Amino acid sequence: MVGGIIKDVGNISSNKTGSWRTFRPVVDKNKCIGCGTCKMFCPDVAIEIVDGKAIIDYDHCKGCLICKSVCPVGAISSEEEAK
Amino acid sequence: MSSEVISSGHSACAGCGEIMGERMVLEAIGKDVIVCQATGCMEVTTTPYPKTTFKVPWVHVTFENAASVASGVVEADRKLGGDATVLAIGGDGGMMDIGFRALSGALERGHDILVVITDNEAYMNTGIQRSSGTPKYASTTTTPAGKVIPGKLQWKKNIARIAVAHGAPYVATASVGFPQDLAAKVKKAKSIRGPKLIHLFTPCPVGWGFDSSKTVYYAKKAVETGLWPLYEVEHGKLKIDQKPSFAPVEEYFKGQKRYKHLTPELIAEIEKHVKDRWAELEKQEAAGINLQLLP
Repeated sequence: MVGGIIKDVGNISSNKTGSWRTFRPVVDKNKCIGCGTCKMFCPDVAIEIVDGKAIIDYDHCKGCLICKSVCPVGAISSEEEAK
Repeated sequence: MSSEVISSGHSACAGCGEIMGERMVLEAIGKDVIVCQATGCMEVTTTPYPKTTFKVPWVHVTFENAASVASGVVEADRKLGGDATVLAIGGDGGMMDIGFRALSGALERGHDILVVITDNEAYMNTGIQRSSGTPKYASTTTTPAGKVIPGKLQWKKNIARIAVAHGAPYVATASVGFPQDLAAKVKKAKSIRGPKLIHLFTPCPVGWGFDSSKTVYYAKKAVETGLWPLYEVEHGKLKIDQKPSFAPVEEYFKGQKRYKHLTPELIAEIEKHVKDRWAELEKQEAAGINLQLLP
């Protein structure tokens, strides 16, 4: 025994941190140019670019809204989460 | 969703600049890496045993000894014929205060390691206590601004210069607001043998008191105002990577609760410090002198 070894790497993704969110970022697919700036800065690894558009993983997005503030074309808005 | 190096689901605060920086560093290094992580936010939020966010070899060590463990890991790896990038990573507390002795020892012995300091300028994990990375006049829970003191009374420790003085062949500063610059520096560090150090600026929404959406804004603003110079020192030669516009420092302080007590006099003192520091940096760059001290 050398200590705690975790072989199932990245297994923390079972934590659904999306429940933290008070504001939800919403991508306007007509405006999104798929540049990936939001993905690059997302602290939660919760954005993928699929077919040239940003897709948000709401299971894990904590709603910090960095994506909204860095988007160069203003394609991301925010909505208050329903209680 | 996840990247090649970390997965989502970690419990770093919304808008955390530190996990953003750690991911950028790991993505620039690639899969052939062994991470030695000092205690701090990036340990407690990423790896509540038996879960982990990391998808690369990663070992948690204490606050004190990330650089010592990395020293042993790299020597073992090389003896076994490996060529992994051995990364010692920790915050300002783990590298500039508590783990400083281990860091100094590793730099002096000359191990082939990369040290990254994810600097959020206080002990955020334990409740925003001041560290040697806390800037002058920032309010923390142990340097509370009020009638007695206007926040921390000392200037921030210049850890990059201390690393240069150890004879480290590559030392650089970086900010999460400039990911391409950071990635280029990580890749350059990878290509150089011996101890390398990158001092990385990672804003903290909770500890600094700003909205979680503004992390990148402040990471850029610190550079644009000249408060966080982006430079590198390769084999003792200093090169400034980005000449800032020198926007007024108030633009950076505005909106951060830790600075809300600042008076025009205190701001003027900081502004002068920025100017003096830049004059010195530019002089050193122009002179092309070797900054590495002779032992």
